[in-house]
Amino acid sequence: MKRPLAYSGLGLAAIAGTFLLMNTLPGCRPSTNTATAVTGDAASKVYVKPGEHDEFYNFVSGGFSGQMAVYGLPSGRLLREIPVFSVDPESGYGYSEETKGMLTTTHGFIPWDDSHHAELSQTDGVPDGKWCFINGNNTPRIALIDLGTFRTHSIIEIPNSAGNHSSPFTTGNSEYVVAGTRFSIPMGSDAERDVPIKTYKENFKGTVSFIHPEPETGKMSIAFQIATPGVNFDLSHAGKGPSEGWFFFSCYNTEQAYSLMEVNSSQRDKDFIMAVNWKLAEQLAKDGKGKRVPGKHHSNWWNHHTHSTETTVYEDVLQLDPKDHPGLVYFMPCPKSPHGCDVDPTGKYIVGSGKLAALIPVFSFEKIQAAIAANDVEGDYAGIPVLKYESVLHGEVKKPGLGPLHTEFDANGNAYTSFFVSSEIVKWNVEKLEVVDRVPTYYSIGHLTVPGGDSKKPWGKYVIAYNKITKDRYLPTGPELSQSAQLYSIDGDKMELLLDFPTTGEPHYAQAIPAELVKPREVKFFKIEENKHPYVAKGEKETKVERKGKEVHVWMTTIRSHFAPDNIEGVKLGDEVYFHVTNLEQDWDVPHGFAVKGAQNAELLIMPGETQTLKWVPTKVGVVPFYCTDFCSALHQEMQGYIRVSPANSNVPLTGYTVSVDAEM
Amino acid sequence: MRITLLSGFTATAFILAMAACGGGSTNDGPPGAKSTPPGAAAAETKAPSGLITAADITLGDIDAKMVDSGKGIYELKCQACHSLGANRVVGPGWKGVTERRAPEWIMNMMLTPDIMLDSDPEAQKQLEECLVRMPNQSLSKADGRNVLEFMRTL
Ligand code: HEC
Ligand SMILES: [Cu+2]
Repeated sequence: MKRPLAYSGLGLAAIAGTFLLMNTLPGCRPSTNTATAVTGDAASKVYVKPGEHDEFYNFVSGGFSGQMAVYGLPSGRLLREIPVFSVDPESGYGYSEETKGMLTTTHGFIPWDDSHHAELSQTDGVPDGKWCFINGNNTPRIALIDLGTFRTHSIIEIPNSAGNHSSPFTTGNSEYVVAGTRFSIPMGSDAERDVPIKTYKENFKGTVSFIHPEPETGKMSIAFQIATPGVNFDLSHAGKGPSEGWFFFSCYNTEQAYSLMEVNSSQRDKDFIMAVNWKLAEQLAKDGKGKRVPGKHHSNWWNHHTHSTETTVYEDVLQLDPKDHPGLVYFMPCPKSPHGCDVDPTGKYIVGSGKLAALIPVFSFEKIQAAIAANDVEGDYAGIPVLKYESVLHGEVKKPGLGPLHTEFDANGNAYTSFFVSSEIVKWNVEKLEVVDRVPTYYSIGHLTVPGGDSKKPWGKYVIAYNKITKDRYLPTGPELSQSAQLYSIDGDKMELLLDFPTTGEPHYAQAIPAELVKPREVKFFKIEENKHPYVAKGEKETKVERKGKEVHVWMTTIRSHFAPDNIEGVKLGDEVYFHVTNLEQDWDVPHGFAVKGAQNAELLIMPGETQTLKWVPTKVGVVPFYCTDFCSALHQEMQGYIRVSPANSNVPLTGYTVSVDAEM
Repeated sequence: MRITLLSGFTATAFILAMAACGGGSTNDGPPGAKSTPPGAAAAETKAPSGLITAADITLGDIDAKMVDSGKGIYELKCQACHSLGANRVVGPGWKGVTERRAPEWIMNMMLTPDIMLDSDPEAQKQLEECLVRMPNQSLSKADGRNVLEFMRTL
């Protein structure tokens, strides 16, 4: 819609590479000459004619931007950046009186986060285009984005967590999305939490939470939380098919180190993948077997009718301790600090990616069940049984590359694993554990995405690399560069590089879905008849100005191209002015903006049929203009008004009006 | 918003005649008047699909309930741009609009202004004067009919 979206996809001509920079890049070892990495007809495969639509939506985490970006594939065009965990002055998100509540937590108002993993809601194990979840890593939260509006619809805070990294992966019908804590911490009362750091082993604990999004409303609540030993949880994925009902979490730092982690948490040969029987956990919770433990948290929900946030504050959370419930949790040894933890489309295999390992272990769900039945354990870890590695292993992919991170799948039995250190994508056969193809990425790939690639039915067609290092891929822009994504065709036997496109923030996980599953749900405007905002003005007749002590409330409307009222007098220094602006338009793509000189917060961008409120505290006497920031018609430049601010002791009566043509003539 | 996304907008000439944007042109009789409505004639022969024709509308005695509902819709969705008098606000004042225009032309202007502004010469002439596109305010057919009833009382 509005604002220039600067990144367009066709950077194909710019692929001429220089290797000078790359040689100075540790761990980056591109194995092909970039100049020959693209074949002749790549351009036609990513060209989407003007006016035509892309085949896929690509939902990409924003990393340290805290937001989520949406690209079209195969063009790589940026369609939208959705404000999620960070304030967005452009739309007023986090600044308007109504949206501030979305970012409140038990720590108060948190204007930023680090968003890592975009995960689409599923029905029968397949993305359904209804919602997209994304985790906030820093101040642990999960957000639900409504794909009808492409807006953040609810955000839940995760208690007893620190660093919500292992999140927000979904069960096959989005009964739950999970949140595993990255950092373990001491929990409980103030006295229990105020302990020396070196008492990690005794006092630090982890949790994994199962969050339930209400199917009708998208409101989120924590169904139950499982207490775990103090380790670091990294990533996770739900079982499916035969493994439906189980959830798998990778964990590292089983050394329980708390300093110089880079060395100290990389001592053991193997860490774990934790297998959780969530169906059993659900049953235990239902049977009242859990304990309510302290865990104050906020659940913020956007009400589409009042155009406002509703916050529910919970004091505690239902916790299950695996020590009390045999059969709930098992550990499986997994080589060297596993990162990705991915389940193949058949649900038979679980792929661990030890980021410091020179092989990829693949676990068999059938063997896991057999080992559990036979009590085939090598011991326990903090009271939780550890299954024997050899007993649960389907096999290992030997010497696939350096630094395996994440794996996605196609529908033909192939896996695609990203290798950060050797900077490549490696395609391998899941049953046979054989490498079948490899391509270089530019440079140092992190996550990767195949459309539907973590689901029961991958759509395949492309794999997209989200690279950590950009260097010379685009025109240089000083020390700071955009991150670089790369699109590869996977239709043929050989993967084929088609396109580079820059991305916002730092993408981590991303997902893609056919546009046809999303397009039909699009909301084009909010029905003004259904607007239940307490300060809505349903037509200019309802516009007014009212004083409540030091507060001045303005019920204002916008339409192409004027405000009503557009002349306001009687405001005094020391007042707080609340502009409640209702956009009376009822057509697609006609937002109006509202900006007033000296506003210490931001502008408002009000969608058709919506009401939003900007608080404005005048600091000087005078007549102050306000105007529409969003080019709305040929007379947009006329869309303005004045508000008069008088000294604190003045007695100018409070009025708001527009001078009508009929009256003047 | 990006103005180019509004279909047909760029095709419209920006005639900088700041003429008063009145209720239609006043030369040779009322355009789109009830007897020989040019809009309606066009609608029968080569109207873009989706337009309402004269046959779709029957006008009886004024129905007070419909007028009431039409007035409510006017206040919510139209008043910001249309006065009930003769003068323009953003669009033409509505006084006498049912004298100037055929009922189906009015209905089409209310329900599918984009089609009208892209195809109907009378609507285009107004746009050249007003320079703001009459917006689609998402009225149902019944809403439109009620507003028409309200207009008949002006
Ligand atoms: C944003 C301002 C705006 C709003 C709101 C608006 N209109 Fe209009 N309307 C116009 C303009 C401007 C024109 C003249 C044509 C043009 O420039 O597109 C017009 C023309 C018309 C005409 C033709 C009038 C004539 O004299 O020939 C009718 C009928 C009409 N509008 C009905 C409505 C109805 C019914 C509503 C409410 C549901 C409405 N309008 C809301 C701006 C508006
Ligand atoms: Cu505007």
